[in-house]
Amino acid sequence: MTGAPRLVVNEDLCVGAGQCVLSHPELFDQDDTGQVVVFPGGPVGPEVAPVVADLCPSGALSLARD
Amino acid sequence: MTQDIADTAAGELADPPEFPMRRDGGCPFDPPSRYKQLRDEGRVIQVRVPTGQTAWLVTRYDDVRRLLTDPLVSADRRHPNMPLTEEVTPQTRANIAEFGRSLIGLDQPEHGPRRRMLIPEFTVRRIQALRPHIQHTVDGLIDDMLAGPKPADLATVLSTPVPARTLCELLGMPYEDRELIERTAAAQLRRSISPQERQQVSAEMYRYVDQLITAKEKEPTDDLLGRLVLRNRETGLYDHRLLVGLAMLLLVAGFETTNSMISLGVIGLLQHPEQAELIRKDPAAVGPAVDELLRYFTVVDALPRVLLGDVQVGDVTMRAGDGLLISFAGADWDDRFFAEPEQLDITRTSRHHVAFGYGIHQCIGQNLARAELEIVLRTLFTRVPTLRLAEPMEALPFRDDTNIFGVDRVPVTW
Repeated sequence: MTGAPRLVVNEDLCVGAGQCVLSHPELFDQDDTGQVVVFPGGPVGPEVAPVVADLCPSGALSLARD
Repeated sequence: MTQDIADTAAGELADPPEFPMRRDGGCPFDPPSRYKQLRDEGRVIQVRVPTGQTAWLVTRYDDVRRLLTDPLVSADRRHPNMPLTEEVTPQTRANIAEFGRSLIGLDQPEHGPRRRMLIPEFTVRRIQALRPHIQHTVDGLIDDMLAGPKPADLATVLSTPVPARTLCELLGMPYEDRELIERTAAAQLRRSISPQERQQVSAEMYRYVDQLITAKEKEPTDDLLGRLVLRNRETGLYDHRLLVGLAMLLLVAGFETTNSMISLGVIGLLQHPEQAELIRKDPAAVGPAVDELLRYFTVVDALPRVLLGDVQVGDVTMRAGDGLLISFAGADWDDRFFAEPEQLDITRTSRHHVAFGYGIHQCIGQNLARAELEIVLRTLFTRVPTLRLAEPMEALPFRDDTNIFGVDRVPVTW
């Protein structure tokens, strides 16, 4: 394993718990269907990625290393 | 040594202890002392629930989270081995099995499309928009409390009406129906309720919600249940009866837990006046405080599950068909994930607690609950800085032997 962890998003797995939005509202949002996480604030850095991946209950946000 | 003998040595007890276990620590807030012992030993053991079934009790944070994301762990309430944490009539058991099909008893892939019908109603933004209404409700209730007699029972004047009125507003129930919601929901919380009474109260609530959904099916209103009816016309996922079941679930899940957390949260802060002071001084302190209070009290102890295949925890292989009790109260006091878990500390980071569960069934209303708790605690401690318990804490009637932790009465003065 090399490099910083990168956030991987699988919107199909999202259950709308809102943990990412609550934790980092500048980076995450929910659209009107509530299901989709979007990124109004641009890329999620290596400090935030592990935090939100850990908080996400459904596996919609997970970590990968390049 | 064969695996089976190892299993017996590791977890299958000849005389399984009863679940729920009594909170037997020195402080009424401590989860049962056995949980810590099991966590430290890294063991799961079998326990016996009031319906006579046995189930594996899981108390470690990492095991709890891993199992709740394992597709071999099923939430299907129709399974005969699904452990129930209270004594129920056969009719109630059948209802739990049937109404689980509305959401909480579904596994993937059935669960996703049904949950998605509710998600738009609980987005962080949608809940933000409800805050002025919740604030208005709380302001009025505290006005009434301050104008009324001392001491007052906080459970009656605040913990019950705040979630009941919030749910009326959210779901789109006529305001005058809040009395029925408060009465039936409070009856179900009563420790002394018999299985027969529980069934009757539940039937009364069902009749009410059935009529409400019928009315909204005729004429959909612009509220959660009305929009759900409209969305269901497009997806066709629910029949009338399961739609009623879903509305009942929102009512019960949204009331009982919030009710407990308001009472316990206030008591917790009254026991730690220096932490209440932090909330008075800094409006931003209440957000982290609410998550720490959620962790500390973790009012829903354990969630029932059943295994669809063999799963290993520590030395034990749990078999397909075995029941599970996945303990959030155990997990949230796991000192490998929360330093000194027995200390309430609203300045710590406890967002990763599992008081709302984990996995695909994690509480959909969690951000509504957070909003209610934040508004109640900030408003109460700011407006009534002299608030204190009117009786010693040891005298309060804690529900310390039920799966949902709570307290029946909170006498306060100021």
